[in-house]
Amino acid sequence: MTAAQQAPVVRDPHVNFAYLDERTKRMIRRALLKAVCIPGHQVPFGSREMPLPYGWGTGGIQVTAAILGPADTLKVIDQGADDTVNAVNIRRFFQRTAGIAVTTDTTRADIIQTRHRIPETPLREGQILVYQVPAPEPMQRLEPRRSETRKLHGLAEYGLMHVKLYEDIARYGHIATTYDYPVLVNGRYVMSPSPIPKFDNPKMHRSPALQLFGAGREKRIYAVPPYTSVASLAFDDHPFSVQRWESACALCGATDSFLDEWITDDQGARMFVCSDSHYCATRQAGAVSTEPSHGPE
Amino acid sequence: MYVAVKGGEVAIQNSQALLAEMRRGDPALAELSGTQLHAQLRLAVDRVMTEGSLYDPQLAALALKQAAGDAVEAIFLLRAYRTTLPRFGYSVPLDTAHMRLWRRISATFKDLPGGQILGPTYDYTQRLLDFALLAGTPVPPAPRAPAPADALNTPGVLELLEREGLVETQPVPADDPEPIDLTREPLRFPAPRAARLQNLARADEGFLLALAYSSQRGYAHTHPFAAEVRFGSVELEVIPEELGFPVSIGDVELTECQMINQFSGSADQPPQFTRGYGLSFGHSERKAMAMSLVDRALRAPELGEAIEAPVQMEEFVLSHSDNLEASGFVQHLKLPHYVDFQSELELVRRMRAAGAPEAQQP
Repeated sequence: MTAAQQAPVVRDPHVNFAYLDERTKRMIRRALLKAVCIPGHQVPFGSREMPLPYGWGTGGIQVTAAILGPADTLKVIDQGADDTVNAVNIRRFFQRTAGIAVTTDTTRADIIQTRHRIPETPLREGQILVYQVPAPEPMQRLEPRRSETRKLHGLAEYGLMHVKLYEDIARYGHIATTYDYPVLVNGRYVMSPSPIPKFDNPKMHRSPALQLFGAGREKRIYAVPPYTSVASLAFDDHPFSVQRWESACALCGATDSFLDEWITDDQGARMFVCSDSHYCATRQAGAVSTEPSHGPE
Repeated sequence: MYVAVKGGEVAIQNSQALLAEMRRGDPALAELSGTQLHAQLRLAVDRVMTEGSLYDPQLAALALKQAAGDAVEAIFLLRAYRTTLPRFGYSVPLDTAHMRLWRRISATFKDLPGGQILGPTYDYTQRLLDFALLAGTPVPPAPRAPAPADALNTPGVLELLEREGLVETQPVPADDPEPIDLTREPLRFPAPRAARLQNLARADEGFLLALAYSSQRGYAHTHPFAAEVRFGSVELEVIPEELGFPVSIGDVELTECQMINQFSGSADQPPQFTRGYGLSFGHSERKAMAMSLVDRALRAPELGEAIEAPVQMEEFVLSHSDNLEASGFVQHLKLPHYVDFQSELELVRRMRAAGAPEAQQP
């Protein structure tokens, strides 16, 4: 079941285009411009109270609303899939408030709003990836006071983070962070990539697409402009590596994609399937070559 | 197809239809009207207005009806409505000395100018279930004292102490800066007191109540006295630019609390009483009193007090006080986390396979 097969959503004439008023959109766009100018730096913004709950994508929704134009085609994914309930709901929100075209096709979308994944299909110039961010501060769990983390960013003092990663290695023999894996942007700011699996981190590096991050509850916006360096934190003797699976996708046979594990009966039988629903569907339809579009390293 | 946990638009629509049906309940029973809710569940309406930051009893009642009585959900509805409303400007500062009082009590002076007015309160009701309400017996009109001639001029108790210099004064800052509006600008730390008070006024009543209670049980040393709690209606005035003089635009009901705390003095301040302030829409004494205790506790840095307890920690209190932020983020755990969980699953399996903790490199 895809969005395209469902009944069309009617544009609600009682709300402004993309819900937010134009002054608010301008305020957000100003924050976005600043964020693009200082890659990886968290810009405070006057996050509005949205008709969707905090923690469910209000930051991403505000960023999308601020940059969306009537001619744009929007794709919304959650956990890589277009058909998860929250993705459907956010897509419906923009159809209802902006009447824009939507798609599940990664290559056809102008704006892709995402929660927890970067699409497997490489993005191209001109596309914008909007991330929903629950916790924009990468050091929040090490130092919960914003007044302190702001100073640490200002001084580029990231010893705290390196010590945390080092302690992981000392205790487990490897870095025990599997998602929301911290990155260094443009050689300056340590940034949370949002809770994407570290499998997706390499896709951020020098991506031709513009990457925008919105944290509604925490009232922060940040960005990675196209072709910007994004390095996952690591040590020379403990280089960064991504997850690998021993099996291929049970539906499309992909060996290069992030796989979700599905439990298929009450005996604990399981299968592995692409988390990126469009990538998997396209491969099943035979439209994509079986060559990896990009390997994990 | 293996799509058990994935749902689409049809599921959402059906869910909303079922929700509406359950909200309405038995269609054989008369439907509640917003007017009934406003008239008969006024304290619920008041809480929704206070934490929803919007003084509109009708809309708050509608929100309560739509939310099937869930206060936080109703606050969400009201805030989502309020967020896109244009801001025309600020009212003239309210003068609560000119409140039309329903109730006014002081725990610091037995008698005082303007008197103690018990008014409507649950405080002395002995909390026995009144089964007569099930049958719906008519309520006789309550007796009323004749209003004194100067009923609309009852200065606060603290003005009496101010004259002796025993309580800190709170002059308007020199250039009377425009207050921060936290619904338009992000909260930054350290926050000025006006921003803290706005945050506390919108804060979850239960959260403030627990924090205030903790301050009374030794987590921060406060020795508070309720100098005054008053509830009544105040005229709201604005100055339209083209007129240049104040015009009344209506009345708002408010509960105000002035809490005083003993303060042994510091290097540059003599021993005196310091203040905590609480204000809420409608009749919400629990909220206003809790707010005033938390406000005072958060003034610790200003008064040179050691910060030892959660209630004194500005970032801790102000970052977690909003029930919509808290409710949304706690409940977002219902959203799918397949990808993160898969990553953790893979990690735990790898760590178990490795056996001894230091055995294997990734």
